[in-house]
Amino acid sequence: MADPMKIRAQMKGDVAEIRILMSHPMETGARKDDAGKLVPAHHIQTMTVALNGKTVVAGQIAGSVSKNPVFGFKVKGAKSGDKIAVSWVDNKGDKRTDEAAVA
Amino acid sequence: MDMIRRTVLKSAGATGVLAGLLATGMLKPTLAYADDWNKTAFEAKDLTEALKAIGATGATDHKDLVMKAPEIAENGAVVPVDVTSNIPNTTSIAILVNKNPSPLSAQFEFSNGAVADVSARLKFAETSIVRAIAKADGKFYSAQREVKVTAGGCGG
Repeated sequence: MADPMKIRAQMKGDVAEIRILMSHPMETGARKDDAGKLVPAHHIQTMTVALNGKTVVAGQIAGSVSKNPVFGFKVKGAKSGDKIAVSWVDNKGDKRTDEAAVA
Repeated sequence: MDMIRRTVLKSAGATGVLAGLLATGMLKPTLAYADDWNKTAFEAKDLTEALKAIGATGATDHKDLVMKAPEIAENGAVVPVDVTSNIPNTTSIAILVNKNPSPLSAQFEFSNGAVADVSARLKFAETSIVRAIAKADGKFYSAQREVKVTAGGCGG
């Protein structure tokens, strides 16, 4: 099980700015380890961001997203106290969901 | 593995016909597919193939699609890229790094109030053009910037 995400959501005017930090190795499958062996692909494939249970962003990503991915999104019509839930699933079927409240 | 993929591609029939249907608006990709990882597009080995796989072959430049990326990146493993589409009714943004072994890096669909705006950090194998593709009202638009990479991010 991967470590929890860090999610920060803050109102700026009528827009919630959401910053997400995921904990994941994001191996492309092309990298070699110190012994010269290929490290198998291990990366997040799909992710969603939901506001009060409604999907606002649905993403698909590749191993070419940097290790421990950081994403920023903006959502209109949110308000302080709203619930943000972020989920991801990787190519090995591991998954994680974390939540935060809009500040 | 690859053989199987080829067979699947063949049996899926004429991709060109599908692209044609997409272009004429007879078939509209919808959010219903967003949970699925677009393997064909993400495993495409060059830009042309990747653009074709996301249906964006005919994308045209648009000044209201704004991409920010550093001119020079010392570390190709972590290159910050921001994309904002001010094109009305933008529903998705894809980001591709032309010279990466698999160019398509990420694709996002926006709904229920999400602004067509994303920031992410990507790996660059070498100096490359990074391209954003936005979809609005069924049409594809593009913007691009060059990032000079002094140390690649995919070899380790």
